[in-house]
Amino acid sequence: MPTVEVSPTESGAETGRRVVNDFSIQVATVNGSGSQTANTVLMRAIFQMGIPVSGKNMFPSNIAGLPTWFTIRASKDGYIGRKKEIDFLVAMNPETAREDVMQLESGAAVVYDEPLKLNALRSDLHFYPVPFDKLVAPVCPEARLRKLVRNMIYDGIVAYLLGIEMPEIRKALLKQFGARKAKAAELNWGAAQAGYDYAAQHLTKSDPYWVERMNATAGKIIIDGNAATALGCLFAGVTVVAWYPITPSSSLIEALTSYLKRYRTDKETGRTTFAVVQAEDELASIGMVLGAGWAGARSMTATSGPGISLMAEFSGLGYYAELPGVIVNVQRVGPSTGLPTRTMQGDLLSTAVLSHGDTRHPMLFPSSMQECFTMAIQAFDLAEFFQTPVFLMTDLDLGMNNWMSDPFPYPAEPIRRGKVLTAEDLARLGGFARYKDVDGDGVGYRTLPCTNHPAAAYFTRGSGHNEKAGYTEREDDYMNNMDRLAHKFESLRARVPAPVVDYRDGAEVGVICLGSSRYATEESRDQLRAEYNIHTSYLRLKAYPFSSEVNTFIQRHDRVYVIDQNRDAQTLALMRLEFPAEEIAKLRSVRYYGGLPIDARTITDEIVRQEGL
Amino acid sequence: MSTPTATLPPKKVNRIGLDILPYKGGKTTLCAGCGHNAISERIIEAFFEMGVEPWRVSKFSGIGCSSKSPAYFLGQAHGFNGVHGRMPSVATGALLANRHIVGIGVSGDGDTASIGLGQFMHLLRRNLPFIYIIEDNGVYGLTKGQFSATADVGSKLKTGVVNDLPPFDCCALALRWGATFVARSFSGDKKQLSAILKAAIAHRGLAVIDVISPCVTFNDHEGSTKSYSFVKEHDEPLHEVDFIPSFQDISVEIDEGSVHEVAMHDGSRIRLRKLGRDYDPTDQHGAITALHEAGLRHELLTGILYVALEKPTLFDMLGMVEEPLATLPEARVRPPKEALDEIMEELR
Repeated sequence: MPTVEVSPTESGAETGRRVVNDFSIQVATVNGSGSQTANTVLMRAIFQMGIPVSGKNMFPSNIAGLPTWFTIRASKDGYIGRKKEIDFLVAMNPETAREDVMQLESGAAVVYDEPLKLNALRSDLHFYPVPFDKLVAPVCPEARLRKLVRNMIYDGIVAYLLGIEMPEIRKALLKQFGARKAKAAELNWGAAQAGYDYAAQHLTKSDPYWVERMNATAGKIIIDGNAATALGCLFAGVTVVAWYPITPSSSLIEALTSYLKRYRTDKETGRTTFAVVQAEDELASIGMVLGAGWAGARSMTATSGPGISLMAEFSGLGYYAELPGVIVNVQRVGPSTGLPTRTMQGDLLSTAVLSHGDTRHPMLFPSSMQECFTMAIQAFDLAEFFQTPVFLMTDLDLGMNNWMSDPFPYPAEPIRRGKVLTAEDLARLGGFARYKDVDGDGVGYRTLPCTNHPAAAYFTRGSGHNEKAGYTEREDDYMNNMDRLAHKFESLRARVPAPVVDYRDGAEVGVICLGSSRYATEESRDQLRAEYNIHTSYLRLKAYPFSSEVNTFIQRHDRVYVIDQNRDAQTLALMRLEFPAEEIAKLRSVRYYGGLPIDARTITDEIVRQEGL
Repeated sequence: MSTPTATLPPKKVNRIGLDILPYKGGKTTLCAGCGHNAISERIIEAFFEMGVEPWRVSKFSGIGCSSKSPAYFLGQAHGFNGVHGRMPSVATGALLANRHIVGIGVSGDGDTASIGLGQFMHLLRRNLPFIYIIEDNGVYGLTKGQFSATADVGSKLKTGVVNDLPPFDCCALALRWGATFVARSFSGDKKQLSAILKAAIAHRGLAVIDVISPCVTFNDHEGSTKSYSFVKEHDEPLHEVDFIPSFQDISVEIDEGSVHEVAMHDGSRIRLRKLGRDYDPTDQHGAITALHEAGLRHELLTGILYVALEKPTLFDMLGMVEEPLATLPEARVRPPKEALDEIMEELR
């Protein structure tokens, strides 16, 4: 029996080439087959060996049966964006195996289930056949568990072929299963070992990819963006949470609920300092959030594009009636049955102006796990200070994928609750005008229900009110209020997180991105410099409204590429709404909208094309 | 000649020493004769007589003629005029933020049974401690006279259009799906509505009160089943409702057989004097049957249809602390640094 078929076209040229800690592994499996555990263990083991790593799960809208792909990228240089090219494929899914293999670049490696006979498809790849069914039977006597345990075998195979240390596989596995599932962990460990032993006896390494221990992940954590955002909400002191399940935001609320139960339940009485309500729909969840914000709670919801659409009317009321609330938008492709499990920066434009009338909403754009955490806290601070709904715009890539991160810093600032007048304040002041711009920042003072003072109460309604919250349909009252709201938005512009800017001397080209486009954009800048000698300056937006630094940045460059993960260049469109013509004239668009996380090569190729090189 | 010394009659004050003024609101902008104005008057009376401090109350509404009315009572209470059909969610959020709020919502039949049916139904399931009043006239007033989902089959609009669709009976829905106090009344019946409102204020749980409140402009004509004359003709009180608040010590000789008494949590009592039939307002099944049978006879049953005192409220189900969540100090809502350290360690 041939142990390995190796016939890469450039095998001569490649002899002795070693590619260390710089490649991507893709595992193609069937959804619901338990591959998530095997993939997480593989990723963790590499992480534990000190190598920067990222994992991206591309999964279908399905519970079980449809194809799913998990990509692990190891990068000694710390690139954690998606890598377009797959270097090492584990083909476990008969449905997709043929196409998966045909898409590989020459020289890639393929571990596959032997009966699939994938080696017949191409002669320029490194093939490693493995009889998974034969291997799983002895390590897993219980037939019904074999489908799940089978996947752990490839962890052992890949560990052998890439040089991942088995003790690290075991450590990752134990962490994954936890102490309570020790039996399952041992079963899986047996499978991983069987894979390793098989590979050691039957496979001859011919591909150039190797993992070697580094020291670049010490002290770091692995977390997904939904859990990171949930932790931000927890430490922001959220008290009222209303939500409606929707992919990819549900796991955020589930993580939050679990943290709240753990850290915000009184140990003696069992009573909670929070309320989480699963509402009947997104209209109700935003209604509850704004009602709670009005009554003084730190309130939030999490949703995605279709939910955002349903929140439109209430969001407008929130803007006009000036109600605090935090809405996390874990963006995805949509609507309806439209790729709900794929990522997109799809709601930038619609969220900025959500609702009817002249509405503008602030948005924050976290790009990392730490920013998911810190910006969640900032979102509450801004919402309460500016008395307006604040949208925290993450996406499926950030929210549902596992990311390596530095640990989160404990909030340095105390919680500030904004301009709220107490009964004592009112006794001193004699009264107040709810919508009067006392401080010049466009933000009025408010009172909360149940404030024991005869002058505390006011009536909250949409746009038809004067400074004293009295009902009015007068032209001048309406316009005065609208002008103050516009002024308030300008105050916000100066208070939202400023962009990250990296100027390069003499650079003619600037690149602007936001959110999860960060990693591919940063990597693309290195590619442009190394491969094309194009030096670029860089600006990463952290918030809308855009800070004045954005205008300065555009002015200082001849051509500015705006990166968007949507078809219609929504970030650029927002700039067009407000920037002067001479700045808009410099803007160019780089867009990716295929539902996967954007990758560096796509950006590089497009910039090079537009640069005419 | 003697100069008469003018002595002002002593101001009538309630049990907490307030006169009626803080319980009043702005001047109504609804049509003269609108049933809603009479309901606002009863709300003012009920809160005044119960001696509820106005600042403890928050008023909620959706959109429509009914939903304008919270501006016309309890001027010293916070108010929130939300979006159409979504008042329940706003009120739920506000009361979760501060469970000490005495919440009262005013909605209409369109706001509740048409656009707002979903939120109304889910409010029922949650048994939020809240008073939900439906000012029910079977018609959209602010948009000038379209049918709502409580319009009866065969009811005729001014334009001659006849309604072919069966109505939702909001009391039947409330009874079946979780409200723990359900009543129906008529804006023209001062005594009954006043007693029902006071009982609702004393109730701990969701109180739904469907008040037939004729629209004098668009639905008070011959052929309408929500006109003053039609309602007066078809009103079938289940009982005579008396409410005896906890702070009122009245001992009255009563004939045990003629009165059904319900003792509320706060020590107050609902006393239902029988009118020809034996009606037990704690019997949910009996209440549903009574409503159904009255509907077949085209009768409008009014009175307290249902009271359940022992059902858990939303606050009970969530296990929240007694203090308002909104104003808990930082130390109780932001876990300490050790908690973050612990979580970070687990993620390494």
